Amino acid sequence: MSKRDIPKVALVGNPNSGKSSLFNHLTGLNQRIGNFPGVTVDKKTGYCSLNGETKAEIIDLPGTYSIYPNSTDEKIVYDILGDKTNPLHPDVVVVIVDASNFKRNLLLFTQIHDLNIPTVLALNMMDIVEKTGLAIDEKKLSQELGVPVIPMKARKGKGIDLLKKTLVEICPANYEPIFKAHDHAPEAIDKVKEAFSIKDDYVAYQMLQQYRINQALTENERNLLADISEKYSFNRDELRRKETLERYAAINYFIDGAVKENFTQLPKRWTQKLDSIFTHKIWGYFIFFLILFLIFQSIFAWATIPMDFIDLTFSELSSFLKSTLPEGALSDLLTEGIIPGIGGIVIFIPQIAILFAFIAILEETGYMSRVVFLMDKIMRKFGLNGKSVVPLISGVACAIPAIMATRTIENWKERLITIFVTPLMSCSARLPVYTILIALIIPDKTIFGIFNLQGLALMGMYLLGFAAAIISALIMRFILKTKERSFFVMELPTYKAPRWKNVGMTMYEKSKTFVLEAGKIILAISIVLWVLASYGPGDQIENAEAYVQAEYSTVQLTQEEIENKIESYKLEHSYAGIFGKAIEPVIRPLGYDWKIGIALITSFAAREVFVGTMATIYSIGNVDDESTIKNRMKNEINPETGKVRYDFATGLSLLVFYAFAMQCMSTMAVVYRETKGWKWPLAQLVYMTGLAYVSALIIYQSLS
Amino acid sequence: MNIRSVADLTPGESGIINGFMDDALSLKLLEMGCLPGQPIKFNFAAPFGDPICVSVAGYNLSLRLDEAITISIQ
Repeated sequence: MSKRDIPKVALVGNPNSGKSSLFNHLTGLNQRIGNFPGVTVDKKTGYCSLNGETKAEIIDLPGTYSIYPNSTDEKIVYDILGDKTNPLHPDVVVVIVDASNFKRNLLLFTQIHDLNIPTVLALNMMDIVEKTGLAIDEKKLSQELGVPVIPMKARKGKGIDLLKKTLVEICPANYEPIFKAHDHAPEAIDKVKEAFSIKDDYVAYQMLQQYRINQALTENERNLLADISEKYSFNRDELRRKETLERYAAINYFIDGAVKENFTQLPKRWTQKLDSIFTHKIWGYFIFFLILFLIFQSIFAWATIPMDFIDLTFSELSSFLKSTLPEGALSDLLTEGIIPGIGGIVIFIPQIAILFAFIAILEETGYMSRVVFLMDKIMRKFGLNGKSVVPLISGVACAIPAIMATRTIENWKERLITIFVTPLMSCSARLPVYTILIALIIPDKTIFGIFNLQGLALMGMYLLGFAAAIISALIMRFILKTKERSFFVMELPTYKAPRWKNVGMTMYEKSKTFVLEAGKIILAISIVLWVLASYGPGDQIENAEAYVQAEYSTVQLTQEEIENKIESYKLEHSYAGIFGKAIEPVIRPLGYDWKIGIALITSFAAREVFVGTMATIYSIGNVDDESTIKNRMKNEINPETGKVRYDFATGLSLLVFYAFAMQCMSTMAVVYRETKGWKWPLAQLVYMTGLAYVSALIIYQSLS
Repeated sequence: MNIRSVADLTPGESGIINGFMDDALSLKLLEMGCLPGQPIKFNFAAPFGDPICVSVAGYNLSLRLDEAITISIQ
């Protein structure tokens, strides 16, 4: 069977309806995250075996309340479901609804039903329904709606087998529309059906509703739809209002008899109690701050152990291979370029996994929306939106998904400001830089009995990034002008225990994406760097020994000292050394030498390369001693002062430089895509790097 | 005559939705289940009095005060 014959099943539902649990149950680890064509919206697809013979491709569509989109993410749902020629157009749609909040969830179902695609209704959260004394007669409901209705407890995986069985047996749809679009605009709909050879009224009606934002249409088609709208006075907003009211009336009719309970007074005592604490004017902020503090402390406490282990393993592997492999350029490349380079990627995994686990837990439990609620008024003062908190917190993991998460902000100005300042939040790529520099300049001491001084310094770096982001936002608020209104309407979901499977899946997926995507760049840069650091113009490298011997012919040196002199002579005269020296005049006022200069140059592609660069630079020729990167940096001497290279002033200046500088090509690429132009990514590059340079200059000059 | 809105409710107080005074926002509120004739309850406000949390159609919704003021109640 060719791939084309595998039926496509799309999952659609409101946010918080349990869609991702269902998706994870259906596909397991057999899933892929990609992009929907043309937009940077996460597309999650996976394969699922429905029975012994039939396989299905499952597509997870973004959560939405309605087929009318409020954001770029939600737009995907209509793009795929409303257009039969879309390559992702599904054969079956599973609409998953939160049965404990039935009516509102059913609105989306009725819209999809009218598109006349075979539909299955999955009633999720039946456990909550049972607890609250609600009774849903799914057989009756199925008769009323004319589609299969499957009761489910997606968190526990109940109902999955029945759903799979139903998907195998599903018949082609021929539904009677719930909303009689044709009655409201008969001529316009008939014209569209004729012009685009569409057979369903509601598909034609939706084309008239959404043609202005539908990118699948050509300019001519858009003009045609505009003409039809005008000619038959198709009033979009008025019809949409009528549609919603008519749908709710139909929903009331459907559930009358099939569902017994008054919906307005569901007991949610836990949520009420927790809200009174989490949104309390003192405790609310205190708990929020405590959670952030816990996250940073645990990253430092938990991630450093596996990180030190990874660091040690890779340096030992290098020295082992160095001693067993025959000498030559290829084994040098392997032990000095590739292995430290891979080590520089793997070392990130513990931190990324822990950070994404925390963010996933905060999202899963429903706490994140309370943070949005708590922070909205404060954020608005800085030209942001309560919803900016989620990108800003995600920015602590990585600016790329964070900038994509700004799509939930409907107001363009607030969204642009959020995009602009998010990269100032300290992302996980900065974390290894911070970790290694803090370990070099801050003593590992405990103060007040419980606080680790290094952990506090790390938290300080994050607060510094946050302060820079907030202050920059305030400045932009006065620069940018807009008349667009800002909306906030947002569901506050009930609190739920996190689903550990989903948390684990997020950790796995994010770490995998990082290793594969960022890893490629880091590895490539490591190899290029090794070449640049091992070769140079002229005969300086090959004849380094002769040059050094000539220079020190009058001085008595031990064998070891001679060797070190030769190695540093080689590095100094390599291509990398020449580049580093070229920028040395610019960075010298910040307290950096040409070796750090090399790291700065390579970091402009991606700042996580810093540690790998350090590993490569300091392991050139030096790999046989078993010390780790940290120890090598610690032992580095500033030849001018005779003291350690990474003293407090240099270390702090470097920390602040890395906190502020725009050193991430991927972020610039994603900002380019989100803002549709080079203006904003270039503004970010100039602003952030300028801020970094000036701040590092002030710090070094005032401390040294 | 003064029209009462959701913003005039006190914590714990309920009202019945009467209509909307903002066209663009009302389309979204309708889809979120805020229908005329439905009861709406003011639960609590965020620490600085804004935004607020209301219960409607069996779930909790957060609104800014300038949004709440566009929902008129009986």
